[in-house]
Amino acid sequence: MRLKMRGAAQMQETAMAVTEHPDNAVVIDPEEAGRLRAHKLERIGRWALPMLIMALAILAWDRICVWNEIPRYILPRPGEVVATLFQDSAILFAALGVTLKITFLSLGLAVLGGVGLSILFTQSKWMEMSFFPFAVVLQVTPIVAIFPLINIYVNDQTAKLLLCAWIVAFFPILSNTTLGLNSVDRNLLDLFKLNGATRWQTLRLLKLPAAMPYFLGGLKIAGGLSLIGAVVAEFVAGSAGQSSGLASRIIEAGYRLNAPRLFAALILISFTGIVIFLVLTWISNQLLKGWHESALKRDH
Amino acid sequence: MTVDKQSQKAAGEMRPGQPLLYLRSVAKSFANGTEALRNVNLMVNQGDFLSLLGPSGCGKSTALRLIAGLSTPTSGLIDWRGPAMGKTDIGFVFQEPTLMPWASVFDNVWLPLRLQGASRARAAPKVAEMLERVGLTGFENSVPRELSGGMKMRVSIARGLVTRPRLLLMDEPFAALDEITRFQLNHDLLSVWEQERFTVIFVTHSVFESVFLSNRIVVMAARPGRVYRELSVEAPYPRDESFRTSPDYGALCRKTSDVLGEAMHAVEDARGGTDAGNSHGGH
Repeated sequence: MRLKMRGAAQMQETAMAVTEHPDNAVVIDPEEAGRLRAHKLERIGRWALPMLIMALAILAWDRICVWNEIPRYILPRPGEVVATLFQDSAILFAALGVTLKITFLSLGLAVLGGVGLSILFTQSKWMEMSFFPFAVVLQVTPIVAIFPLINIYVNDQTAKLLLCAWIVAFFPILSNTTLGLNSVDRNLLDLFKLNGATRWQTLRLLKLPAAMPYFLGGLKIAGGLSLIGAVVAEFVAGSAGQSSGLASRIIEAGYRLNAPRLFAALILISFTGIVIFLVLTWISNQLLKGWHESALKRDH
Repeated sequence: MTVDKQSQKAAGEMRPGQPLLYLRSVAKSFANGTEALRNVNLMVNQGDFLSLLGPSGCGKSTALRLIAGLSTPTSGLIDWRGPAMGKTDIGFVFQEPTLMPWASVFDNVWLPLRLQGASRARAAPKVAEMLERVGLTGFENSVPRELSGGMKMRVSIARGLVTRPRLLLMDEPFAALDEITRFQLNHDLLSVWEQERFTVIFVTHSVFESVFLSNRIVVMAARPGRVYRELSVEAPYPRDESFRTSPDYGALCRKTSDVLGEAMHAVEDARGGTDAGNSHGGH
């Protein structure tokens, strides 16, 4: 008798846990149908509208060039920019490769440094109190102002750029991951303590997974920042050295009034930034899929 | 169900009725001046289902944390009897399910064993059995957010019991659940306990819950937290839904309710007393 009752209750709970499928053959009232339609339109609009605006803007750009007879060294027509992108692809993509190398290396180092330091901080409150302010100082000082010093002390061009991009990118990872590691559920910490967990077990099984959403948030910011860091560093270093990243190409094109190439390089940089952001967002969603609010699809 | 074999194994190690622990003149004050517990004396027997019942602020949860060793008493002694208590001998169930949201049901229940170094394969039979016991077979791979509140609490209970602890501490585990789920979980907890007879200390502020579940109810009073009076519930186990509707149950609930009422008044008396007669009542 008792077991039967338990069985029934379990089934009831089972029913609660089953996820709802929106495409089930159920009767849909006009309100729901309207909502469904709006939802579909919204999904198309999310892509179509920005595309449309973009197309209109490019068209307007082209028309303005033609109607006002603007010379190509001031504002090239969009078609010409695209043509340049193809014509100069050898130079431009080689330069992009250099910039990407700096970007990803510095992002990698930012992850290592940021996560490493935040783990160090979470092991000892004193450590955090002592060193966190200096990380803030490093972050708030404009990198352009620090660069001349780096230029004096570091000889290797790649190392210079890396250091610059790293300084810009590591802070969001450090501060976010530190916040995450400190935001672990107190009760879970007690549970680990109660079960005699070692420091390492607590870190690996509890703190690191709990900090994951925070870390990934930091990583998304750092991804964009490391690209900015790489380009800015090259800008500052470019006048002094012989680097050949995208920034140097932009400066060079600027000196030569080669506006089409300037635009082409610019498009490549922003495209790269978008790709980095999308990739990191995708990685983040994959890792948090199923458990974190940020990666859940909403039904309504 | 594979329940009987297990309960025999467990019963061999335990001697119900023997004292498990004494709280001797235990007091706990916090640095901010709160006196959470004053002069608490309490004996817990092996196999007891003991409820700590009282208004909020009476130090129930503090008492539980002291017993768990998560906190140390300001004065007094927690005196364990019998074989020394190891890391796996105390299970703890919190007010919230407190599950790791990224981990599956299996991984959550595995955790206490894993922290003792048990591999997934070695822990699997124990985890599976405990999940069956709480009625969650088939949900091993679900993550907590796919479960209802009641099911999450079942996972939490399974995790608390998976190491076969001699003492299970429960801190208002069902307080956040709706009444139907709560009754069901009371019932299921009781049937697991009836089979194994581990010791339970159950913190609650529900008179009904304490009467339904426990053989001893310790009513506590607040400010400062202290033991007000102890009641024993003589009704035999196993108890099922028919107990909930019996006249005995009604009478016991009324009596417990009265004592709890007195304990709440005792709060005001004590407060009045300190205000009138003591200099540190005025801040």
